[in-house]
Amino acid sequence: MNNEMIKDSMFVKAEVAADEKEHIAAPASGMITDAWARLRKNKAAVVSLFILIAIILLAILAPIFSKYDFAFTDYSNVYSTPTKGHIFGCDQFGRDLWTRVWMGTRISLMIALVAAVLDLVVGVLYGAVSALLGGRVDAIMQRIIEILVGIPSLIIVILFLMAFPAGVGTIIAALSITGWVNMARLVRAEILKLKNQEFVMASHVLGSNNLYIIMKDLIPNTVGIIVIQVMFTIPSAIFTEAFLSFIGIGLAEPQASLGVLINGGYQVLQNYPHVLICPAIVIVLIMVCFSILGDGLRDALDPQMRK
Amino acid sequence: MGKILEVSNLTIHIKTHKGTVQAVRDVNFYLNEQETLAVVGESGSGKSITMKGIMGILPKNGKVTEGTVMYNGKDLTKYTEREMQTIRGSEIAMVFQDPMTSLNPTMRIGKQIEEMLKAHKMDMTAEQRKARAIELLSLVGISNPEQRYKQYPHQLSGGMRQRVVIAIALACDPKVLIADEPTTALDVTIQAQILDLMRDLQKKTKTSIIIITHNLGVVANIADRVAVMYGGKLVETGDVYEIFKNPCHEYTKGLLASIPKAHEKGNRLRAIPGTPPDLMDPPKGCPFAARCNETMVVCQQFMPEYSDCGSDHKSACWLLDPRAKGGKA
Amino acid sequence: MVKYVLKRLGYILVTLWIIITCTFFLMKNLPGTPFDAERFSIMTPAQQEKVLEMYGLNDPVPVQYVKYIGNMLRGDLGTSFTYVNQDVAKVIGSRLGPSALIGLQAVLIGLALGLILGVLAAWKHNSGIDYFTMILAVLGVSMPNFVAAALLQYFIGLKWGVLPIAFWTSWSCSILPSIALSFSATAQVARFMRTEMLDVLDQDYIVTARAKGISQAKVLMKHAVKNSIIPVVTVLGPIVVNLLTGSLAVENIFSIPGIGSLFVDCIKANDYPVIMGITIFYAAFYMLIVLLVDVVYSLIDPRIRLARGKEN
Repeated sequence: MNNEMIKDSMFVKAEVAADEKEHIAAPASGMITDAWARLRKNKAAVVSLFILIAIILLAILAPIFSKYDFAFTDYSNVYSTPTKGHIFGCDQFGRDLWTRVWMGTRISLMIALVAAVLDLVVGVLYGAVSALLGGRVDAIMQRIIEILVGIPSLIIVILFLMAFPAGVGTIIAALSITGWVNMARLVRAEILKLKNQEFVMASHVLGSNNLYIIMKDLIPNTVGIIVIQVMFTIPSAIFTEAFLSFIGIGLAEPQASLGVLINGGYQVLQNYPHVLICPAIVIVLIMVCFSILGDGLRDALDPQMRK
Repeated sequence: MGKILEVSNLTIHIKTHKGTVQAVRDVNFYLNEQETLAVVGESGSGKSITMKGIMGILPKNGKVTEGTVMYNGKDLTKYTEREMQTIRGSEIAMVFQDPMTSLNPTMRIGKQIEEMLKAHKMDMTAEQRKARAIELLSLVGISNPEQRYKQYPHQLSGGMRQRVVIAIALACDPKVLIADEPTTALDVTIQAQILDLMRDLQKKTKTSIIIITHNLGVVANIADRVAVMYGGKLVETGDVYEIFKNPCHEYTKGLLASIPKAHEKGNRLRAIPGTPPDLMDPPKGCPFAARCNETMVVCQQFMPEYSDCGSDHKSACWLLDPRAKGGKA
Repeated sequence: MVKYVLKRLGYILVTLWIIITCTFFLMKNLPGTPFDAERFSIMTPAQQEKVLEMYGLNDPVPVQYVKYIGNMLRGDLGTSFTYVNQDVAKVIGSRLGPSALIGLQAVLIGLALGLILGVLAAWKHNSGIDYFTMILAVLGVSMPNFVAAALLQYFIGLKWGVLPIAFWTSWSCSILPSIALSFSATAQVARFMRTEMLDVLDQDYIVTARAKGISQAKVLMKHAVKNSIIPVVTVLGPIVVNLLTGSLAVENIFSIPGIGSLFVDCIKANDYPVIMGITIFYAAFYMLIVLLVDVVYSLIDPRIRLARGKEN
């Protein structure tokens, strides 16, 4: 230590600002800015987010700006491998795969999105009603859920598809008929947990009415798990749709979805692998990105993980 | 009485994703044979990290960057992990704060004691280990040791579990026992029992003890000497009577003043206003300067040196400097 | 414990009954029939009557329902429409072997590989092996099993010609489908084990163990792995669901005579008795696995074991 620098004049009482006593290096921040800041640090999640945005844009724009219609057949180009004109090549009818893949992505994404929104609405309402009303209503609602959880959802989906004509609407309905259960359970559990926490009780004691508590205390605190759950519902819906179309009980030609395209590609895999590989890459990319982004969001939004 | 353990200039850094925490900064203290040293300070003052540094069980992101830990004339900071394994448990053992979490929930209590014996007393047979484990259980005052031997931690109360943790620590007759807030997580009535137990055991086993606590009642009860830590620094050390009678550092004074006194009826509980410094970005002067009532300009700029304020009683405070005319010294 | 298991079994029976009832009435109202419409229409009314009677289709639906339930309790699930004169239970039984073999191998691969990767990843947190495991886990969970199966078949089976790509003639035929099915199981186990291990490694009792001076390997195996492996049992439920789902596509891709491919074929052929049979089989199998997992979990975790013991 440099003793020469210590002067006698320094031995006088110093003024300490009041806020100095509570010096904290990290500034306080709200939940959403906090979550966003933490998500931004997660490079894999940010990259996934950008890839997803790119895929969504391509799914919307590529079919519009493509030279070829997704159903346009050109028998001179049957099974053409990727070229300048046909970036992904062509299928057995000489249809442009670039257009078809993005058209299929558009339909797959749309199915998943609508299914996720339906899950969200039904699941949140069911879970919230069950948790908030409690008592006998809750008991009955929980028995129903317990029975639904006992059945592998795929069986319900398949039976449903047998009963109704295949189509986009049927697939969405089939996906939603089982999908909401998880959301309902999560929301109910979260609300029950929150209901018994000190800050909600404090709010009660301070004279807030139920509506105020629901709006100000319960909803903001359940948004996190709802967002995370949606992030996991979408890829699982995309998977289920593709799976059903692949085994031949979902959508079928001439409709294009990623599952239909993969099924078509699989039929000619031995000789023309690109017909399978192009849509396969897109679906894997979508699934991986949603998965990483979902994990990233969970880490960013989960207050328990905040350190 | 010789010094069994001497810590000099110990500095420990912990890397987190936000930056490096300077958890322990240039800490010096020693432990005599068969004495009890109490290390006092509030949460986050670096007490536990210091002890983990001595034991070589810092978390993966923690590192001793400077200083020495002399034990029986050898510097433990130079030891390899393998060499440290022979010291841990057999020479220096540790008792942890929360008995609810410091025992393995899926391992029988007897096995957890025997594990210590297996590691250090290679010549013991399985029967001898079991006999020793049961002996240890009765030594720490657990009734029906044969039955308890076969039980799992969750079948025991908090106080009982802490007795088991102590039994584990004493299994190999260590020379030094480090107890990290051994009573904090327990009921008040149990706290006294555990302290009594530790005092009795020390008489029987002639162990030297370092006890970490933020409870000055515990200090008065059990300690021979006291070391006060604040903001990763050691600010005052000395004999327990000296410290209680003649505290020199403003932080120690504040701590003593905050003990509620039964005879001062009607007075409000006294606290030290403010919070401890952020060790990610520690102040360059005295760590307590921001909360001290006597802060001088020099306190904010320069770290004070240790001054003697009695026999074997040192304190790092600028007020003890002869130049501090404006101060009380 | 016994009381708990009986209660759960009761639940399973009620759920099964609801599934059977719903499926039954759904099947009765489905648009398609299993009979070739043209051939059926050229039959004489007497012949039509005979065919319908053979399959028990000329009774009123409620009577058919009661008969079905009665027969089912005796183990008779009816007669298949497509596999002429064959008992549904027998059709399903004959397909059980290949599916069980593939499924079991997939679970074993998934558990072994997943546990090893999970432990290594957690132990060497933020190292190369950790990142590798995480990438593998994300891929394994994200890559649809039918895509994985098709790619395996193409590259390993067709391009390199190492393993048989289809049919069911020797054990080697089961290798590729087992691997294809094991991807998601491996990923799920590795991910779960890693998270669980990281959590356990943070626990105080790991510090206690280190403070005892026992070797790092022992701390890892006896304290960390043992405590993190117990909850892994709980992922078996989701893994079985994934395997059931996956087997539908994978068995088709590799032409394996298993229950999954039978199910898909019968759905396409409107073979209602077999569909119902497999539905009941899948549901019962899944619910029993979930129950088994709960029971095993409570048996191997001393904390839960005793908590239950006190209740009863």
